[in-house]
Amino acid sequence: MSIEVRNIRKTFGTFAAVRDVSFTVGSGELVALLGPSGCGKTTLLRIIAGLEVQDSGTVLLSGEDASTQDVRARGVGFVFQHYALFRHMTVFDNVAFGLTVRPRSRRPDKAEISRRVHDLLKLVQLDYLHDRYPSQLSGGQRQRVALARALAVEPKVLLLDEPFGALDANVRRDLRRWLRRLHEEIKLTSVFVTHDQEEAFDLADRVIIMNRGQIEQDGRPDEVADQPKSPFVMNFVGNVNRFVGTAAAGRATFGPFTVDYPDAVDSTSRPAAGYARPHELEVSRNLTNGGLPARLVHVTPAGALVRLELLDDESRTIVVDLPRVQQEQEQFHAGERLSVIPRRLTIFLEE
Amino acid sequence: MFSRQRRNVLPGFRLTMGYTILYLCLIVIVPLLTLPVQSWELGWSAFWRVVSDARVVASYRLSIGAAFAAACVNAVFGLIVAWVLTRYRFPGQRLFDALIDLPFALPTAVAGITLTTLYAPNGWIGRYLNDLGVQVAFTPLGITVALTFIGLPFVVRTLQPVIDDLDLEIEEAASSLGATRWQILRRVVLPFLFPAWLTGFALAFARSIGEYGSVVFIAGNMPMRTEITPLLIITQLEQFNYAAATAIAVVLLVISFALLLAINGLQAWTSRRLAA
Repeated sequence: MSIEVRNIRKTFGTFAAVRDVSFTVGSGELVALLGPSGCGKTTLLRIIAGLEVQDSGTVLLSGEDASTQDVRARGVGFVFQHYALFRHMTVFDNVAFGLTVRPRSRRPDKAEISRRVHDLLKLVQLDYLHDRYPSQLSGGQRQRVALARALAVEPKVLLLDEPFGALDANVRRDLRRWLRRLHEEIKLTSVFVTHDQEEAFDLADRVIIMNRGQIEQDGRPDEVADQPKSPFVMNFVGNVNRFVGTAAAGRATFGPFTVDYPDAVDSTSRPAAGYARPHELEVSRNLTNGGLPARLVHVTPAGALVRLELLDDESRTIVVDLPRVQQEQEQFHAGERLSVIPRRLTIFLEE
Repeated sequence: MFSRQRRNVLPGFRLTMGYTILYLCLIVIVPLLTLPVQSWELGWSAFWRVVSDARVVASYRLSIGAAFAAACVNAVFGLIVAWVLTRYRFPGQRLFDALIDLPFALPTAVAGITLTTLYAPNGWIGRYLNDLGVQVAFTPLGITVALTFIGLPFVVRTLQPVIDDLDLEIEEAASSLGATRWQILRRVVLPFLFPAWLTGFALAFARSIGEYGSVVFIAGNMPMRTEITPLLIITQLEQFNYAAATAIAVVLLVISFALLLAINGLQAWTSRRLAA
């Protein structure tokens, strides 16, 4: 079951939440809508579900126009950030709800409902809690109940709004792995919204990065990480150092470094920015190697890496990640003057 | 029960607990206990004669019946009012919200006089109702109207915070699972509100059983027909028949207490499951 979103726009008052967004989600795909808060990702998800009505544009589910259908008719499973479980019902009744509200002609009989609910509870590994109330469960368990409840109605697509947002870091990681295995098992077309890039890269087949109501980039996690299409994506998907400079006639210059930049075809010089991830920088005690001189102010061990924080002569911070082995050999210490050289720079012309 | 093992930010468990008991004794328990003591002067047979007098029994039926009817009316319309005031934004909302408390603040006699003027056979509303063959003032119906006025804020004010607590997401979740508006109301919203609803109902009901000021004007106070129990108590007092007055009061007290206990029990049973 595929999802196709065409030219969706949505305005709240004077605030344009979604501005002309189009994309397709293939059958069985797991796609992340990633972006900072207020970028329109949740609004877009709610429009796909039919919980919100777009100002213009169309939503197609399995190729059929669903724009005018309400949420009841669309057959989507929706999982909310704060679970939205029915507090006065047991876990079993919560999961059975979608089946018991069906019109009598399409409602399975009691034994069949019971069998299906228990199957789903086994799938989310909570069958032993079937007679508890939501208030007696932990956050992670509640979210799994919410997921089982959404799956009970056999939705064509599954939409998840910040499904791990309200959980502790540890629970979040476990649940994420579990959800990925579940998706591999049932292969249900799914879209989830998150502001956590690690979560998006870890879980999704494809990541759609949004900013200010528009799509910045749409691609596989490795594409987005390695070939960011815009400074926004560059900044959003991880720590990055930014060097300001100019570009002209196929070359870009940032302070002491000059690199090839074929995109700059004009001979007149234009402002440009070069971006390097902390692991794409090298430091050396050799101050005459053509690097940017900077003073080391702080050394922080961070797992397999050591993070160096430096200040250049214009008091801009530069962050460098070194392999721990290298730091053990070199023994850089705070106060030293070092030379910083980028191994790789991603360059964008500035407007 | 009196242990101090758990350290608490509020100091002096013994002091505050002692104060609570003393306060309850002075304000509630002692005055209420003097009732049976005073009525005991009558002796059992005289007590029974007073409280089982046909006129008195008719008044119990009227007081409890009208209070129950009024509480039911308030339960339905109070729910709608509370829902609208909590869920929707509209001009004049804060004014409407403030109006809800008016029955709390208004001297009940004022309410009684106003309602009587409106609903009397020649009153603004009563005139038209009279043409339809419905008489409100000086009938049990009039008493119910007065008690409805008195009880409204109890239901609305108890429900408002609970409705506020009911996330819109819950309703969205239900509709995404295929439930119709009616199914959402019946299976999700009402069960969620039920404990608070019951509390509001019980409060309105209890207040109405004892209501005097607003009722006496509109009731007409005809023996056996429109005489409420509190009025009979006052009548006995005016004749300096204190023992008889307290005897009737004891019966009213026992009935009210039993009803409240039952409703509270039901409420506790349903709300235990909702505890978050």
